Amino acid sequence: MSAAFLGMPPFPRAAEEAVHNTTLRANLRHATHTIRAKRAKAVAELSDWEQLREAGRQIKDHTLRHLDRYLIQLEAAVTEAGGTVHWAADATEANRIVADLVKATGETEVVKVKSMATQEIGLNEALAAEGITAYETDLAELIVQLGDDRPSHILVPAIHRNRAEIRSLFADEMGKWGRAAPHGLTDSPADLAEAARLHLREKFLRARVGISGANFMVAETGTLVVVESEGNGRMCLTLPRTLISVVGIEKTVPTWRDLEVFLQTLPRSSTAERMNPYTSLWTGTTDDDGPRDFHLILLDNGRTDVLADEVGRQALRCIRCSACLNVCPVYERAGGHAYGSVYPGPIGAILTPQLRGTGSAIDASLPYASTLCGACYEVCPVAIDIPDVLLHLRGRIAEQGGPGHRVERAALAASGWVLRHPTVLAATEKLAAATRGMHPRRPPGSGAWTTSRELPDVPTQSFRDWWQENRR
Amino acid sequence: MTDTSRERILSRIRAAVDRAQDVPPPERDYLITHTSDDPIQNAELLQRNLSDYRAVVHRVTPTGLPGLIAERLAAHRARSIVVPDAVPDSWLSACAIARHRDEGPLTPAVLDTVDAVLTGCALAIAETGTIVLDGGPDQGRRALTLIPDLHICVVRAPAQIVSSVPQALPLLSPSAPLTWISGPSATSDIELDRVEGVHGPRRLEVILLDGVA
Ligand code: SF4
Repeated sequence: MSAAFLGMPPFPRAAEEAVHNTTLRANLRHATHTIRAKRAKAVAELSDWEQLREAGRQIKDHTLRHLDRYLIQLEAAVTEAGGTVHWAADATEANRIVADLVKATGETEVVKVKSMATQEIGLNEALAAEGITAYETDLAELIVQLGDDRPSHILVPAIHRNRAEIRSLFADEMGKWGRAAPHGLTDSPADLAEAARLHLREKFLRARVGISGANFMVAETGTLVVVESEGNGRMCLTLPRTLISVVGIEKTVPTWRDLEVFLQTLPRSSTAERMNPYTSLWTGTTDDDGPRDFHLILLDNGRTDVLADEVGRQALRCIRCSACLNVCPVYERAGGHAYGSVYPGPIGAILTPQLRGTGSAIDASLPYASTLCGACYEVCPVAIDIPDVLLHLRGRIAEQGGPGHRVERAALAASGWVLRHPTVLAATEKLAAATRGMHPRRPPGSGAWTTSRELPDVPTQSFRDWWQENRR
Repeated sequence: MTDTSRERILSRIRAAVDRAQDVPPPERDYLITHTSDDPIQNAELLQRNLSDYRAVVHRVTPTGLPGLIAERLAAHRARSIVVPDAVPDSWLSACAIARHRDEGPLTPAVLDTVDAVLTGCALAIAETGTIVLDGGPDQGRRALTLIPDLHICVVRAPAQIVSSVPQALPLLSPSAPLTWISGPSATSDIELDRVEGVHGPRRLEVILLDGVA
């Protein structure tokens, strides 16, 4: 993963720092509560939400079961439509392919659409090492990049920054990357957005190479889909001559029709909108419209290891909506940085240790960064049973580490951290009381992991009732 | 190197799912639409949902169209406009604005000096408040509707309006590049305050052209 994440302290220590940062906590609380309330309203508009959620789950499970077949079909369709498909087994290989493609164009600058996959592989750093500058063009990613910072949320990566901080970042740093911020820049969001517009437009208009990820890839047609709000995605996808998309193999869906499910569930789950402002769909290249060259890099980087785990593979259904972050009492207090990877929150707690393995202290501590309250499962539009996977991973960690082993210590410290933080624990207990029968027999704490493998299956009905009554 | 990686990834996948049970394709018992298919109601719903995301929506009959377009361009002080080839000349017959055709074609730098773009659309989705462009001759290349700051889009009502996303997809061809637009460019990245117009057009005006089949 990205070099930026090496040397991260394990979850509890990183979280401890976040808990004592009052600005960060206030920002996070405001953000998660606002998005959560809006999301519930947007979801309630669709009377068939549970059916859409179930269909989403089934489509993804079916795809994963036959992923080899669908990837081959996808490759054929993209090639047929004028694109070129590359396969990358790991981050190093993916970065190598991208760097070579960029060099072949003779360019030393690229514009980028926000993409978790390219963050995961540390593409910007790898390109920089080859003398290529990658410009992030999503407003939040620009804020993160100018601040030499790391994203803290999947959807709103700069949510840990407030307007005053952003203003001084823009004033101090923009000039070093291109067009400087206007004199007399205020900290009003409109002013800040305008500064970003002017700064980036200059780059869009001269960019010859664009780099993106994708939300979906349709095997049947070879179509890629990018969902966004700002229009920076449209700029990167259509103005350059060369477009390079780096996409995790699990983003595949079999048919064009399958999009009808996810284009309904993704926007409502993530930004709480009926539909996000812009959705771009493209298939290979089109004469006289958009890039002349299109390269798709299919990225494994640990995904096939996740696929091999019967319980854990459901994490590959994730459509990165971030709904689980916004309902998580631990994320709300700890913030995204504490998770030590590009995937924060409940999904990060199960995906990261599976993608990277649980050899390091931070990765081994992640499955303990949860109260097991189940709210993440309830909101997940593809019904990933995150608590179940957390318990499964705790069992795995327990097996690998004997007493005194460092990962075990880190893991226990994480669960201890949850217990020591009153708000987090209160949330756990409130839920536990209301959902008797579905929670672990003992709260996560010292020794709990040894019994966690024998926990009964978690029935969801009682929790759902509680959630219906108590959510706002 | 890539070829071996291809084989490696595929064989890892096969090994990973080899013993897993077959998983059949999904049952689709969700709804195809959440609204009535009544065209009048659909047009109203489209108008409401587009307005909700701060697009400005107008309704007009064909005779009123040129006057309305002239009035909207004047309201935004637009001095130049780019028009895809198949937009009828009559739509701009009531204004004397500088008109570009996409000849050459126009470079991004030239488009950046143009104030507005006027297009039709492939279809519109009422439930989500979305207009869909497929690069058809009355919509032009994607860059045309991306760079100028004002986008005026004419939707023929009721003919081009469907209720829902599941109704829209079968009418669209994946071989054309598609852009779905639901309100103007927006961001909520700064303290979740919604700001319109970061990179795409800052203003989206949708004209429902009534009574056109
Ligand atoms: S795990 Fe589910 S809720 Fe969380 S980001 Fe992924 S799809 Fe969304």
